[in-house]
Amino acid sequence: MTVPVRIAQLSCGPEYSGIQEEINEAARAVGAEIFHPDIALKDIIRDFDIVGLEVASPDLRLSIARAKALVEGRIEADAVFICTCFRCAEGAIVRNELRRYIHDKSLLPVVSYSFTERTTSGTLLTRMEALTTIARRRALLAREKQEGITLGVDSGSSTTKAIVMKDNVIIGKGWLPTIEVVGSADAAVKAALEEADIQRKDIQAVGTTGYGRYLVGNHLNANLIQEELTVNSKGAVYLSDRQRGTSTVIDIGGMDNKAISVHDGIPGTFTMGGICAGASGRFLEMTAKRLGVDITELGPLAMKGKAVRVPMNSYCIVFGTQSLVNALAAGSTPQDVAAAACHSVAEQVFEQQLQEIEIKEPVIMVGGTSLIEGLVHAMGELLQTRIIVPRYSQYIGAVGSALLASGFIKGE
Amino acid sequence: MVKVLIYPMTSLILSDMVERFGHQPLGSALSIRERIQTPSIESPPLQISPEEPKKGLRYAAVEVPSGVRGRMAILGPQMEEAEAAIIITDADFAFGCMGCARTNELIKYLVRNRHIPTLELRYPRDEEEGKKFVTALREFLASLGGKKS
Repeated sequence: MTVPVRIAQLSCGPEYSGIQEEINEAARAVGAEIFHPDIALKDIIRDFDIVGLEVASPDLRLSIARAKALVEGRIEADAVFICTCFRCAEGAIVRNELRRYIHDKSLLPVVSYSFTERTTSGTLLTRMEALTTIARRRALLAREKQEGITLGVDSGSSTTKAIVMKDNVIIGKGWLPTIEVVGSADAAVKAALEEADIQRKDIQAVGTTGYGRYLVGNHLNANLIQEELTVNSKGAVYLSDRQRGTSTVIDIGGMDNKAISVHDGIPGTFTMGGICAGASGRFLEMTAKRLGVDITELGPLAMKGKAVRVPMNSYCIVFGTQSLVNALAAGSTPQDVAAAACHSVAEQVFEQQLQEIEIKEPVIMVGGTSLIEGLVHAMGELLQTRIIVPRYSQYIGAVGSALLASGFIKGE
Repeated sequence: MVKVLIYPMTSLILSDMVERFGHQPLGSALSIRERIQTPSIESPPLQISPEEPKKGLRYAAVEVPSGVRGRMAILGPQMEEAEAAIIITDADFAFGCMGCARTNELIKYLVRNRHIPTLELRYPRDEEEGKKFVTALREFLASLGGKKS
């Protein structure tokens, strides 16, 4: 029996919000267990003073003392989960500072989350899975080269991608909208195999990722079924040839966004989410539709416009669309509206997610939205850096899966 | 016998003192015990389900964090039941400790607005203050009609 990954929980409020069992359940689902580090009363008072973060809530002071004990190795853990109530300013400050503190002073993977009473184990599953993967599969994640013939499938919320790799080279690709999850995966795999001129029986290992990873993984009898946070990080640094050192990976997806601070190809801190679809690729799809252009034309169109000429706030997809319609009715050009939509999405990801992780250069953008030139440009302006978009960036999850799956050929 | 709300609501020392004077202490130990002993709820460790933060809307609006509302759902009814209150401010963690500062502010505010007999004391810092502290508590509890000790 595998020893469970021990995740230390630093929190304020989940037991009173009625969601502690949801956290426990998400951990159990990925072979981990949550524990609350034991701390003596004197440590709470002493460590609170040492860290220097003055907070009024005793539960947050307790979290600070627990973080210090973890960093100093007085308490052993494989990973850390920090959570506080959504909308609590004091909780948010402690959550962010502790994540930074643990990240700077230890090698412990850490993820943070702000919950409401509606938080479910399903919402937390991907984060917990990433935490346990980083803790448990460091050797696998250290892989820098693809070997043999492998297949990677990314069953995303909007599109399904498949990649066939042979001896560290991409030889086949398949990409199509996700309609029926297994059917779309089969079609993408078929396209990739045809392009690669390879038979299914020649594939030595299969990896799956994305929302449909379990369904597709079981269907394909995959060797590796892995959440997209670790897979995309791996794929991003591999395709950008930045496997060593630090980097930041941004993936603005169709349904949610991921921002990952990576070190030597392994995620350190990451955030996943987005308050509303207004900050996702879905909003850009809607913008393209309203402008009567294909999504592939939105980026070049945006590059010809000026975002400042159109007031737009896509915090909510409904209000964002309203701004878009109003701007067009007031005579704004499609170029300016496209630029404003790109800027709005980039700005929200910047404000809501990138503040929560350490931005370390190079910044790598991946996923389908990284092909929208205007969005990459807007993000680069906000971050004041040149953003890398590697070749095959839209296949990032599939490439990462194919790369990591090759570790299973020799049974890593 | 008077129902006396204690603050910090987790303080066993305070709870014990109130009881010794023949009054009924209202604190979190009682409400949490009831909850833990209630069968058929599976929401460990406190058996508080996501329904509690919704019940807490009676005391705080929806934009208030769920942890505050969940705590208020448990502690609020006790506060409403109270006929008198003792509030100890700046208490040592060992004396009694309530996790969320915002909930604590709200409870104290709501108690003060109930206009019931309330004793507010700062937690003693030395022996001299300690003696005055105990005397004040004893006099207050006696004034409520409790036993003398």
